[in-house]
Amino acid sequence: MLGWVDTLLQGILLGGLYSLYATGLSVIFGIMRLVNLAHGDLIVLAAFLMLALAAIGVPVVLAVAVVVPLMFAAGYALQSVLLNRALGRNILPPLLITFGLSIIVQNGLLETFSADTRRLDVGHLQSASLPLGGGIAVGLMPLICLAAAVGVIMLLNGVFYRTALGRAFRATSDDVEIAQLMGINNKSIYAVTMGIALAVCAIAGLFLGARANFDPSIGPARLLYAFEAVIIGGLGSLWGTLAGGIVVGLAQTIGAHIDPEWQILSGHVAFLIVLVIRPRGLFPRAVD
Amino acid sequence: MTQSGGAAVLETSELTAFYGDFQALFGITFALGEGETVAIIGANGAGKSTFLKTIAGLLPRPAAAVRLDGHDIGALPAFEIVKLGVALVPEGRRLFPSLSVEENLLVGAYGRRVDGPWSLATIYKLFPVLRERRHAPSTSLSGGQQQMVAIGRSLMSNPRILLCDELSLGLAPIVIRDIYAALADIKARGTSVVLVEQDLVHAMSVADRAYCFQEGRVTLTGRPQDLTRDAIHAAYFGI
Repeated sequence: MLGWVDTLLQGILLGGLYSLYATGLSVIFGIMRLVNLAHGDLIVLAAFLMLALAAIGVPVVLAVAVVVPLMFAAGYALQSVLLNRALGRNILPPLLITFGLSIIVQNGLLETFSADTRRLDVGHLQSASLPLGGGIAVGLMPLICLAAAVGVIMLLNGVFYRTALGRAFRATSDDVEIAQLMGINNKSIYAVTMGIALAVCAIAGLFLGARANFDPSIGPARLLYAFEAVIIGGLGSLWGTLAGGIVVGLAQTIGAHIDPEWQILSGHVAFLIVLVIRPRGLFPRAVD
Repeated sequence: MTQSGGAAVLETSELTAFYGDFQALFGITFALGEGETVAIIGANGAGKSTFLKTIAGLLPRPAAAVRLDGHDIGALPAFEIVKLGVALVPEGRRLFPSLSVEENLLVGAYGRRVDGPWSLATIYKLFPVLRERRHAPSTSLSGGQQQMVAIGRSLMSNPRILLCDELSLGLAPIVIRDIYAALADIKARGTSVVLVEQDLVHAMSVADRAYCFQEGRVTLTGRPQDLTRDAIHAAYFGI
């Protein structure tokens, strides 16, 4: 019994990480209907950037403070220089560009950092845990990760639903032609969107690197989990994305509890089951 | 040429527009005077909506073909045009479905660069029913109420020139009357209006001048009282 309670808790905490993977993806799909196939690799890139900073003696907290704005700038530039030119009625060109970007990032990381598995050193936080009584304890780092996921989503929802800029984001998402008639420059909205998405990637990269080993090749699998979380949650809802991440996380830990070989598989199976039962996800946006 | 003979605020000369290879406008020359209301009439597919979209910057056009106060604005994107005081009320309302009524109005003020008569308060005074429904999803409103939001949304930028595309489309006659009553209030504040309409009677009743379009060309222009039924009929259908 105790084992199951622990499994569920771990699943929810793992879900926090997957939600962080998925939030950026959810934002860019929601606002510009763009699928970024390099999303997972950009998370890994952020983790490597922090690793590189740590290697020259920069404390992790400071590395995060540097890499988050850096990734925002990279996202802004990526969108305005490259992707904005490819956006249009045809969804294939931006898809191909991000596919190419994924390959470039992976190989660039391989070239620079080799294929060795790495880990971000977060000091005593690595192994610190919070006893919940009854023999159950949760790791402090996973707990912070879940809190970060909730915090990021609250912050983004605050921006999207309570500010004039957020209204402009939602208006652009609804009808880009009419949004321009309101004085909204959709291309600069898109650039900020990609910036936000990559800033969240940077936060996800921190927890990816602090929680488990990583190497340049693991991006695409993170992208897959992120995709599943977004689809399970329902397109256009960030809280849905959080729920979707938790569903994938729970499914994986429950699967692993039954048989360790089932961990990855059961995440995918849960995704397929949700698709069959609720094709539009658990919390689809009311209007599409 | 404008009604008063004074300088035009908005002019087009030899304006052309294309959808890919298809040419929709063949050299439209047009002028709108300060405070004037001009109706553009014509059959479906005559290029009336295209004309408004082209002015508003939604379609590419020759840089020198559109002038505002004598300055070429043909090269500017749509989001810059509205900041210069030219707002379009699009055909079919096109409200933002995930925004509430009030948010739709507020988003209209995003490109506001000048102070003017319009604010949430004055829009609600013009359309009192919108105040009651201000927190409702825009999709829950009736067609007439949605048209009010669409007009209000465009007014929020305090435009000098309001381009209205098919205000009466799909609305009940009594609602159309209310919308046109509001239009009179808007005109009274000095706003110049370009009105694209299928509804001839309404269009002619408020317009100072009218242009009739047929297949992307101007076939008739003049003051409503000077245009005979037969002339309009001929210009409409080209018979």
